[in-house]
Amino acid sequence: MSTLEQPRTGGGDPPSGADWEDIQRSAEFAELRRRLRSFVFPMTVAFLAWYMLYVLMATYARGFMGTKLFGNITVGLVFGLLQFVSTFLITWAYVRYANNRLDPLATQIRHRIEGGER
Amino acid sequence: MTTLAQGTSVGDPLVNLSIFLVFVAITLVVVFKASRRTRTASDYYAAGRAFTGPQNGVAISGDYLSAASFLGIAGAIAIFGYDGFLYSIGFLVAWLVALLLVAELLRNTGRFTMGDVLSFRMRQRPVRAAAATSTLAVSFFYLLAQMAGAGGLVALLLNVGSKTGQAFVIAGVGLLMVLYVLVGGMRGTTWVQIIKAVLLISGAIVMTIWVAWLFKANLSSLLGDAAADSGKGDAVLNAGLLYGKDAVGKIDFISLSLALVLGTAGLPHILMRFYTVPNAKEARRSVVWAIALIGLFYLLTLALGYGAAALVGPETIAAAPGASNAAAPLLAFELGGTLLLGFISAVAFATILAVVAGLVITASASFAHDVYANVIKEGKFAADDEVRVARITAVVIGALSIVGGIVANGQNIAFLVALAFAVAASANLPTILYSLFWKQFNTSGALWSIYGGLTTCVVLIVFSPAVSGKPTSMFASLDFDVFPLANPGLVSIPVSFLLGYLGTVLSRQNGSVAKYAEMEVRALTGIGSEKATVH
Repeated sequence: MSTLEQPRTGGGDPPSGADWEDIQRSAEFAELRRRLRSFVFPMTVAFLAWYMLYVLMATYARGFMGTKLFGNITVGLVFGLLQFVSTFLITWAYVRYANNRLDPLATQIRHRIEGGER
Repeated sequence: MTTLAQGTSVGDPLVNLSIFLVFVAITLVVVFKASRRTRTASDYYAAGRAFTGPQNGVAISGDYLSAASFLGIAGAIAIFGYDGFLYSIGFLVAWLVALLLVAELLRNTGRFTMGDVLSFRMRQRPVRAAAATSTLAVSFFYLLAQMAGAGGLVALLLNVGSKTGQAFVIAGVGLLMVLYVLVGGMRGTTWVQIIKAVLLISGAIVMTIWVAWLFKANLSSLLGDAAADSGKGDAVLNAGLLYGKDAVGKIDFISLSLALVLGTAGLPHILMRFYTVPNAKEARRSVVWAIALIGLFYLLTLALGYGAAALVGPETIAAAPGASNAAAPLLAFELGGTLLLGFISAVAFATILAVVAGLVITASASFAHDVYANVIKEGKFAADDEVRVARITAVVIGALSIVGGIVANGQNIAFLVALAFAVAASANLPTILYSLFWKQFNTSGALWSIYGGLTTCVVLIVFSPAVSGKPTSMFASLDFDVFPLANPGLVSIPVSFLLGYLGTVLSRQNGSVAKYAEMEVRALTGIGSEKATVH
């Protein structure tokens, strides 16, 4: 790995090879990566598990899923509608998180690199 | 009104055709206007990256809500009840994979195709060739299913009974779609998808409100009537009429569910849509809009499907040409007569047109950008060459899909859509995720997971009951179905993840540390990502 300082070309141009590794090693970038991964990885595991639970119940627990809660509304229908609700909620939560916790940090790093010389 | 009883056609084919021709005329004007701003490769493949997130989100829903999900899911709910609804949930939840893991990072690292991202830090030629192979395979399976479906739709809506007549209509639809792609590029194609999505969702809203009004907004009484008219009683309110009648069938359904939820974020024609916006934030907004519209639409299909069961009746639907696909059009006829049927029919045609145009531009971009420009010419070609090759490829793929659609007309090829999703989930998604998140991932790993996932899927399908051994198989008279599941995802997805891991670990090549640093920084911050072109 080269530690030579590469001359920066003016604002707007992407940095050259050695700089990418410098940015990647910076504390700011490590924090951005941590914030992204600590949200998306657990959330992915959670919604896949919730979805697979629904699929498995619809396959192997049909008696329970067919139970009528009120009128002709069954447990299965409510469970299915809850999948819509959870999808909308996770979408909303991620957008909020990205706007507040990811975008400002990413913009900060980008401005430092692309326009830092000005 | 007596036409219903004859079982050949409903409504007035002339009205259906006229409304469709109005749609064609409007979209052609839009496409020709869009063509005036299509000059560079970025214009042709990515619409100059000038669409906003909401616009792209509407276009994504237009691209995603294919005839299979519009007519197919409404029909499945009308005839089999709850299982149709179950199917639509996988299609929706899948968007979270795209939102959380793929859309923004892909937008920041690629330019035009899936191959851009997969080959970013790998040896260019082999990985691009592999990415193009899998893109072409997925697009072709998907394309064939759409075109073959067009035949049945024609029979129902235009009252064209003969195979020759249907062949002419399929050829007409194919030629029109090639024209859209050639003239309008990605900008024109996107506008066609936006117009179609607006029409489709408005139509579904009108019909849902109508049904809700008839049942006094009482979902319970709608379900009660649907159950009473089904002849199957409360069984239509629970899972199990369509999927999983026996132990193997249950595992087969789980396999299908897995492919649906993991396949969407690996569909090349969906991935390519994320390049049409100016930055990652707009890519995120696109997915949010897509999730809202697709979610809304699947909720509406619940009302449409059970509404069709209650008002038209499963027996009438099953007896109509196009069988379960006829549920939504028949419900439209029942509610609003000839005119509403004509509108819904036109939307159904527009759906095929828009989805097929999206597939053709994706396949042609992948061939021209990945195979021609980077594998054959190794990046050394004149500026206009790439787009010229993409246009020629679009014509070739269009011609192939017309021939394929005519040959496959009436064949039982419903498994092709499931196959497209299984290949996308097995060959593409593991490779995309490894590329974006796993530092050690290397060229061998990428090749193993793409080719391994693709081969496993296709081989398992060939030896499955979808192709032979059952009365419903493609070749019912032959018998070589040694693999019991019609959906290969449960096996092929883990196999592909495993192969990607093994290929990386066993090859002992070290991936480029510098390239990984560049890719990760670009992906997360958007530094140096492709900007929108200004005209």
